[in-house]
Amino acid sequence: MSILKGKAFKFGDNISTDHIAPGRLFHLRSNLPELAKHVLEDADPEFASKMSKGDFVVGGNNFGLGSSREHAPQIIKIAGVGAVLAKSFARIFYRNAINIGLLLIECDTDKINAGDELEVNIKEGYVYNKTQDIKLPFPPLPDVMIKLLNEGGLIEHIKKHGDFDLV
Amino acid sequence: MGQTIAEKILSKHADRPVKPGELIISNIDVVMVQDGTGPLAVNEFKKMGKGKLFNPERTILFIDHAAPSPRKELSNSHTVLRDFAKEYGAVLSEVGEGVCHQRLIESFVNPGEVLLGADSHTCTSGALGAFATGVGSTDIAVVMALGKTWLKVPSTYKIVLEGEFEKGVYAKDLILYLIGLIGADGATYKALEFTGSAVKNMTMSDRFTISNMAVEAGAKAGLFETDEKTREYLKQHGRENKFVEIKADDDAEYERVININLSDLKPMISLPHTVDNTKTIDEMPKVEVNQVYIGTCTNGRIEDLRIAAEILKNKKVKEGVRLLVAPASRQVFLQALEEGLITTLVNSGAAIVTSGCGACVGVHAGILGDGEVCLSSQNRNFQGRMGNTEGFIYLSSPATCAYSAIKGYIADVREVL
Ligand code: SF4
Repeated sequence: MSILKGKAFKFGDNISTDHIAPGRLFHLRSNLPELAKHVLEDADPEFASKMSKGDFVVGGNNFGLGSSREHAPQIIKIAGVGAVLAKSFARIFYRNAINIGLLLIECDTDKINAGDELEVNIKEGYVYNKTQDIKLPFPPLPDVMIKLLNEGGLIEHIKKHGDFDLV
Repeated sequence: MGQTIAEKILSKHADRPVKPGELIISNIDVVMVQDGTGPLAVNEFKKMGKGKLFNPERTILFIDHAAPSPRKELSNSHTVLRDFAKEYGAVLSEVGEGVCHQRLIESFVNPGEVLLGADSHTCTSGALGAFATGVGSTDIAVVMALGKTWLKVPSTYKIVLEGEFEKGVYAKDLILYLIGLIGADGATYKALEFTGSAVKNMTMSDRFTISNMAVEAGAKAGLFETDEKTREYLKQHGRENKFVEIKADDDAEYERVININLSDLKPMISLPHTVDNTKTIDEMPKVEVNQVYIGTCTNGRIEDLRIAAEILKNKKVKEGVRLLVAPASRQVFLQALEEGLITTLVNSGAAIVTSGCGACVGVHAGILGDGEVCLSSQNRNFQGRMGNTEGFIYLSSPATCAYSAIKGYIADVREVL
């Protein structure tokens, strides 16, 4: 899975967990596949219906700010998004995404437009914007993240090792 | 080299001296979920197959976000939590007992401890000198089973507070000002440590308001050292024996120092749809309000209700405006009843809502209509937060809320003080 391909869906700065998984749909939290049909609805009502499996969510600064609801990264993953690309991420969202095995990439998303075809090369650490023919490098993922992603998230990690085996 | 409060507490919980940036495995004293995040945590916990809780007496499940339940799906989620608490011996906080963070400071968290909660405003307990931070349900599931978690030790911003608040200016105005100053991501991954001569004069309620909103600047924790006020608070809540001195070393290293003189501050408003979109009341255009909400883990304490009642005494809420008040906990509610505050508020036209999150999270009890404006004492004004993306949420102190409810628009409370 070291090269991911898909189309960019562009969002702005400060996309909150309320945009991703709004409180008004609180009652769907016990039904994540159903909630996933509404993913990012309050930022782009058509996103869920327009995206295809493997496509990328591309945000600006501070993506995922707000509540600790893990349902937000969960439904992005369940909807089939290949990775979330942003200039920066909010802390809890970042941590949740690692724990559940959703890939996050920090790069210069100003150089990505809506609809651009992207290729994410995890191993070599760059996003190739095929439409614009530019390479956007990103710093290597933290070791913890690679380990947890490879093992399928935190719960699988604990199941495998019986305890933390990260430090 | 000296240590900050965060470094000190985490060193103790990692059983070795820690430095900012390090990844550690930290022991956790208290762990909590609420009804929005709890069912998923319970699910993940069961997947691990550990069979029992690491520390059931300090694993707390709160039913507060949708309490009482407005829908059958949520009622079923509540059942999941009740059944889990019973089966595994965890502590359950029922409908009407109050908002999780208020209940935690009243009854569960002590200075020097580490609290992990599946709710972003878990940082509230930092005002008690506890390292308290919010994470997601999966993290919490693991803490429930193992009593520990992985953490990156944050570096610390020192916020030095001097001077005194002018009339009409409160802790809420200070924290809104700070968030406006550094931005909604201005302290991402950092701990905030509030210190300086002004802190000594601050009530615990002020400190809770400030710590509560640390996360709105992206911070991992919002910490205060402990002092006589902390001791007194613990005493009032039946656990003076849990007092310990928590204090940074004089030679601790801070990544950034921000100085604020409280006497320079004015009543602040945070405008839709981000918390850092702040203006002083002097810079505000006239904004008419449909709903005013006083409550939440930020500003639903007895001190807040006293301020609101004082302003609303013998006054009427403007026609066409609805004022909702949710005491943050049953304890607060009972105290407010005893002091006659509830009578005053209801006489002015307020509707009292069950102690809990109420309208804050957009699930029930105060969802906005299309185009409606709400002025709230809560901590967040994101688009859709109060259940409708077509609604507009402004944030302020409870005093500004109360006075604006009388005027019918966002008004300067200094006019009547
Ligand atoms: S009162 Fe609002 S901010 Fe506080 S815990 Fe409840 S929903 Fe969250």
